[in-house]
Amino acid sequence: MSSPNSSAADSRSAILGRLRAAGDSGPLPALDTAVLERRQWSAAERVTRLRKGMEAVHTEFIEATPADWPAVIRAFCEREGLRNLLYGPTSEAGSALAAAWAPGGPQLKPYDRPVEDFKQELFGDIDAGFTGTVGGVAETGGLLLMPGPAEPRLMSLVPPVHIALLRASTIQDSFWSAVKALGWGRALPPNALMISGPSKTADIEQTLAYGVHGPKRLIVVLVDDLK
Amino acid sequence: MHAENEVHFRDAAAKALLDPQLRANFRRAMDGLITKRKAQFPDPRDLQDLRDLSTAIRSRSLLCLPELLEQLEASCARNGIKVHWAETCEQANQLILGILQAKGAKTLVKGKSMVSEEMHLNAFLESKGIEALESDLGEYIIQLDGETPSHIIMPAIHKNKDQIARQFSQKIKDAKYTEDVDELTAMARKVLRQKFLDADAGLSGVNFAVAETGTLCLVENEGNGRMSTHVPPLHIAVMGLEKVVARLEDVAPLYAILTRSATGQAVSTYFNLITGPRGAGEKDGPQEVHLVILDNGRSRIYADPQLRATLRCIRCGACMNHCPVYTRVGGHAYEAIYPGPIGKILTPQMEGVGVRHDLIHGSSLCGACGEVCPVEIPIPEILVRLRREATHDDMASTVAGKATGRTATEDWAWRLWAGVTKRPALYRVATWFATRFGKALPANAPLIKNWTQSRTKPVPARRSLSERMRAEGASHE
Ligand code: SF4
Repeated sequence: MSSPNSSAADSRSAILGRLRAAGDSGPLPALDTAVLERRQWSAAERVTRLRKGMEAVHTEFIEATPADWPAVIRAFCEREGLRNLLYGPTSEAGSALAAAWAPGGPQLKPYDRPVEDFKQELFGDIDAGFTGTVGGVAETGGLLLMPGPAEPRLMSLVPPVHIALLRASTIQDSFWSAVKALGWGRALPPNALMISGPSKTADIEQTLAYGVHGPKRLIVVLVDDLK
Repeated sequence: MHAENEVHFRDAAAKALLDPQLRANFRRAMDGLITKRKAQFPDPRDLQDLRDLSTAIRSRSLLCLPELLEQLEASCARNGIKVHWAETCEQANQLILGILQAKGAKTLVKGKSMVSEEMHLNAFLESKGIEALESDLGEYIIQLDGETPSHIIMPAIHKNKDQIARQFSQKIKDAKYTEDVDELTAMARKVLRQKFLDADAGLSGVNFAVAETGTLCLVENEGNGRMSTHVPPLHIAVMGLEKVVARLEDVAPLYAILTRSATGQAVSTYFNLITGPRGAGEKDGPQEVHLVILDNGRSRIYADPQLRATLRCIRCGACMNHCPVYTRVGGHAYEAIYPGPIGKILTPQMEGVGVRHDLIHGSSLCGACGEVCPVEIPIPEILVRLRREATHDDMASTVAGKATGRTATEDWAWRLWAGVTKRPALYRVATWFATRFGKALPANAPLIKNWTQSRTKPVPARRSLSERMRAEGASHE
């Protein structure tokens, strides 16, 4: 009997050997990406398309300006009776939000510890999570997020409400153009993602139900920075 | 050996056809999916261009498969993802058990993964004292009932609301009976949230693996995939070796055509790109990520230039949604991990054409599956090829169990046919009898019975062609 390690190595070489033995069976087909390149819109139209796509899957939008978005978020939290809002204190959006947050009312909670020290609270006591975005996708509707040290992965997933800040100027035509524009094809952080709406399922009789595991509501704070 | 196996599909299908509830559940669901998919492709030119591009991308990836797999392994290693290779399901199960045991993990939450179904991973882990809990709502529903998925995208599609309501009220602690879908979903959410919080490990499948960046792409709507891969300290991903593509750019069109073909969505709720475990300074995410690459017969399929197209599949399920047979009998009748048209060609290739001889005949060859497949897999052609392989051994190919699907009756019938047609005198006598008395043959005569069950009995012409030629001559051809 071989040890587990050597048998794993054997499997690797056996599999690759079989694949190699099959040899090439023809020239590489050329890629015609014209169908992807057809998607090109003006900045204003990108906003409209993104909104339409995301609203169709239950995402809610709030409009804001580059100056008033923290106040708009604050007003939303008060209106909805949210007790607290989880944010990344070292992220650009998070620190701007904290700087403008007046004392009293809904509480800003920093995600500043490893999740191990924070799991129960995160799952049980947080009403909403706030994140920035690194862009949006007009063609289908979608937000591009790059979680990391400043904005942990679970902020956009565990709390029942996810509030995301989107600057209109960062919306790309399609996922394909976004991958190029953000340089994702060359290097990626441990986690990156596209989100188009609140968590949903249609597993029971094809009936849509929201918030099955992740957020029940996705709120996009759309900052008009096109002028 | 094949004789006992070959009737599975026929019997199970016959039974399914007698179940009006099951038929109604599938009919409604598939009709809805067909309509939604259609609405996503309003421009036939765009659709065809996107299909051509997706097919080209998948073909390219397969052409360079060994190189891409090596590149994927190197990129993953660079990112801190540990890669393992398994030739068989048994090996893959052992590998996963080893990874879990090394971390002392006792509970595993799972995102949806057809490869893990292929491996029967849950049963295996349970036999080793590890709880494996499905967290996709559909998978959770069928796991509660000890069932297997009946569709690769919508595993619980065969059940209706009332059945699920009854099941939840019996099997979930403190659950009350309700048929309200939101309330049922909320019940599952509550149970599963606690499981995500407590689990020692998470397992997921992989929709696409990107060789250049070492990225695992996960497509989902529920968020259970993100929960399973981000909350527990250990994440294990399993994939069939064909899932790799060269660059992240290649994924964009595949993703676009996948969600549209599968459920008629332009985009899924989440498109998650995992390129490594928790990085420096990160506050959450798993501390370890492992990727298990499974062969299980795929490299054999790969070796055949025609059959290789099977590996282009992106598991969208559109072929089943559009299949007239699947729609009527449902997924369980196939008694296979992958049901429907793709299952009909994949299962016999993995398990041998003799063993699953029944499946390759469970098709009307109407061509709908090939027409709808986003990566243009010629499913009907491959089916015909496999039908031949099942009864003949005259082709150089790597298909297992060649010629073992030949039944004694078939053998006898073809021998008789050959014997008669090779002897002109005998042939003349036989056709004379057939034309004169064929009509009198009762519809329920043996052999004919199978045909006449759902079709009118064919009636031979009153005179054979050669008789008429002799009588009328061939002057006006
Ligand atoms: S064979 Fe084609 S249609 Fe069927 S699941 Fe695979 S990709 Fe989809």
